[in-house]
Amino acid sequence: MDLLELLLEPLSYDFMVRAIVTTALAAVVCAVLSCWLVLIGWSLMGDAVSHAVLPGVVLAYIVGAPFALGALVFALIAVTLIGVVRNTSRVKEDAAIGIVFTSLFALGLVLISVTPSQTDLNHIIFGNLLGVSIPDLIQVLVLGVVAFAILILKRRDLTLYAFDPTHAHAIGLSPKRLGALLLGLLALTSVVALQTVGVVLVVAMLIIPGATAYLLTDRFNRMLVIAPVVSAVCSIAGIYLSYYLDTASGAMVVLTQGVVFAAVYLFSPRQGLIGTRLAKARRRKAVALAL
Amino acid sequence: MSTPAILVENVTVHYGEVLALDSASLSLDAARICGLIGMNGSGKSTLFKVIMGMVKPDAGTVLIGGQSPSKARKEGGIGYVPQSEDVDWQFPLSVRDVVMMGRYGHQGFTRRPSKADRAAVDEALDRVELGEFAGRQIGQLSGGQKKRAFVARGIAQGATMMLLDEPFAGVDKRSEATISRLLRELASDGCTILISTHDLHAMPALCDEAVLLMRRVLMHGAPELVLQPENLAMAFGLDVLNRDLPEPDAEPDAEPGSEPESNAARAENRG
Repeated sequence: MDLLELLLEPLSYDFMVRAIVTTALAAVVCAVLSCWLVLIGWSLMGDAVSHAVLPGVVLAYIVGAPFALGALVFALIAVTLIGVVRNTSRVKEDAAIGIVFTSLFALGLVLISVTPSQTDLNHIIFGNLLGVSIPDLIQVLVLGVVAFAILILKRRDLTLYAFDPTHAHAIGLSPKRLGALLLGLLALTSVVALQTVGVVLVVAMLIIPGATAYLLTDRFNRMLVIAPVVSAVCSIAGIYLSYYLDTASGAMVVLTQGVVFAAVYLFSPRQGLIGTRLAKARRRKAVALAL
Repeated sequence: MSTPAILVENVTVHYGEVLALDSASLSLDAARICGLIGMNGSGKSTLFKVIMGMVKPDAGTVLIGGQSPSKARKEGGIGYVPQSEDVDWQFPLSVRDVVMMGRYGHQGFTRRPSKADRAAVDEALDRVELGEFAGRQIGQLSGGQKKRAFVARGIAQGATMMLLDEPFAGVDKRSEATISRLLRELASDGCTILISTHDLHAMPALCDEAVLLMRRVLMHGAPELVLQPENLAMAFGLDVLNRDLPEPDAEPDAEPGSEPESNAARAENRG
């Protein structure tokens, strides 16, 4: 079997095509958002929001509302509760986040357990990449495009917010509103990624690509290109691997991203553990040769 | 009488139970450089935040050039140079990117830079002598260059008032002189500058006036007067065992309208 055949064979199945398109889309949107999350230090917040949307999604399913709406409402509830617990008790922020998101996640699990037609909802937790239907695909497409467009159009303001919220305030922008916008987009993006990798692993898509790109460049604009490209390639590669190795697809996508991060962590020419040493050795050799 | 560039009147701020500013009053004329002295916890940062409108005072009023702080902010009049510890120096932005952020208030919805924006950024970078480092990642500058980059951001912004938080911390002597010269130039162009600093010996050369802060303005006058050892002792709390705040015995600017003589003597310096 040659390479082309290897690549084309899975595409003969419609469900594989849908899986690949959905995953690539979710990967790109999550990766773009991850650039800001990683720089602001909101990784834990990403973890929290992506878990906390579960009860919202389940309730939306029960009443027949769009998943995104339920998710947004519960993302908001989660963020508010975290703020309230942190500000009105001696509990620190990381503990507040841990308490709120696990409780909401548990609420979601309880709701699933009492809702008929459990199979559908269990997919939300671990993802159901190979079972993506056309309506699912359309929902991911619409939400993904909206989130992506807002992120790209407002990228300069969001970067300013991440870098220096005081300056944002000083020139008359509202850091609060920008933070809220970013959280809203986080909730929206979580819904996009739920379908592919599931609630538990969404956070990987929201952190790893940005962190990988951050180790590769000193320019935010380049991060915004590197992160989605790396993430999309990893995701598609992950699906192919899961197809041929017959492993869990969502998990394989995340695992691929983790492996690529590890490679970059070790070999990045700028920041890598081994890469920087190799570069130094090369320079030394060049100097020795010149002498 | 002209409108003060910064007018803080009887401003009180609490953080929960903690009293950060206690009826503090300060009036600063345009195109002056004023040094703000006080120990940690004396309310320097809070005073900055009140002037920028980040903290709403429990009592008292703040006016920037006769306007509310929010209006002054929208007009892009307030430039801010943060303390080094408050900046993520690893952030993947170039010096030019950071200075361009000064232009956001002048730009449209997506902050797409125009030709005029680029020109303003180049000019600001040249002004602070960082033109050749424009492409560097912001953290790869020396301590003094980093400060100048943020001053350039304020220049590109067209700020008529600049607040600098500890601009001389971690800055070598030569850079300190460069920054001081730059600030003097800006002031002679009409920019009002308020500096919070621990660096007392740099003050007389740089500042037109100095303010001693200890939750309230203890003293406001010429630097050489304010920096008298007995006055410093008052602000830096050599009587910390005595829990009461020292009563201010000289507070010339506490009441608006009364200017210290030394200010009047320097009035001819103003454009």
